[in-house]
Amino acid sequence: MTELVANARPRRAAPGRRAGTRWAPRPASLVAAASSITLLTGLALAFYWVPSDADQGFSQRIFYLHVPIALTSYACFGAGAWKAFRLLQSGDDRHDLESYTAVHIGIIFALLTLVTGSIWAKISWGIWWNWGEDQLVLFLVVFLFYCTYFMLRFSVDAGLRRGRISAVYALFGAVLIPVSFLAIRLAPRYIHPVVFTTGGPRMAHSMLLVFCVMLAGLLGLAGSLYRTELGGRRIDRRLRELRSDA
Amino acid sequence: MSTSEKYVTAAYLVFLAVLLLYVVIYSTKIARLEREVALHGEPEDGRES
Repeated sequence: MTELVANARPRRAAPGRRAGTRWAPRPASLVAAASSITLLTGLALAFYWVPSDADQGFSQRIFYLHVPIALTSYACFGAGAWKAFRLLQSGDDRHDLESYTAVHIGIIFALLTLVTGSIWAKISWGIWWNWGEDQLVLFLVVFLFYCTYFMLRFSVDAGLRRGRISAVYALFGAVLIPVSFLAIRLAPRYIHPVVFTTGGPRMAHSMLLVFCVMLAGLLGLAGSLYRTELGGRRIDRRLRELRSDA
Repeated sequence: MSTSEKYVTAAYLVFLAVLLLYVVIYSTKIARLEREVALHGEPEDGRES
């Protein structure tokens, strides 16, 4: 799938051959393959290699999935905000679709963060959710804020005005990311674990290695999904233009 | 398999299931777009102007 739309450039087909079905190694395909291998390696290391945490036991292994997914969602929202800024700066409509796609990928990862975090809470705390925990509630606020982005976007007619309104909203969302990240570190009391502190990561080197492998794999995966989805959206938009011209 | 192991496995399976669902949905969409491209004639370039 990735190689078909990686560059979002449907090309003229050779006689007897459908457009875009010719396989050729492209950077996007290589990134997708590398991130898949990295993720599979990370999963294997998380389950079979890294030792169990002395305090939390086996349940700590969710950390290798949950935290990198959360950081990936922040990265996607950050990328969405950057593209939104570029749209407002340059007025280039191309950045609107890029910002929208980045936010869409970010919302998928944010949803996964909430689900995997709830599963961990059930194991460790015996409850699926704790409304008294700032980190959880603030992440939910970020998630709902970006859910509202889609409601706002689809309530405005397509065009540059919609792009600008969406861009301003996405930029406001970027402000919430450091707030969400720092909430746990600034809270006077909390029960949510804090691994990364100003004194460095509080875990064994082997755990940090697995964490980094998973983070690299997930960032690569998010990048591949972004390229694929963006390619599809560009073709979709071009087809709409062709239909309206016809 | 302990309760803790079941929950951890479930968390990883949820991730894989969502990823698979996304790939299936997007593969379907890409296939539809390819059919429509073939129907309308191929654009020179998919990039937006």
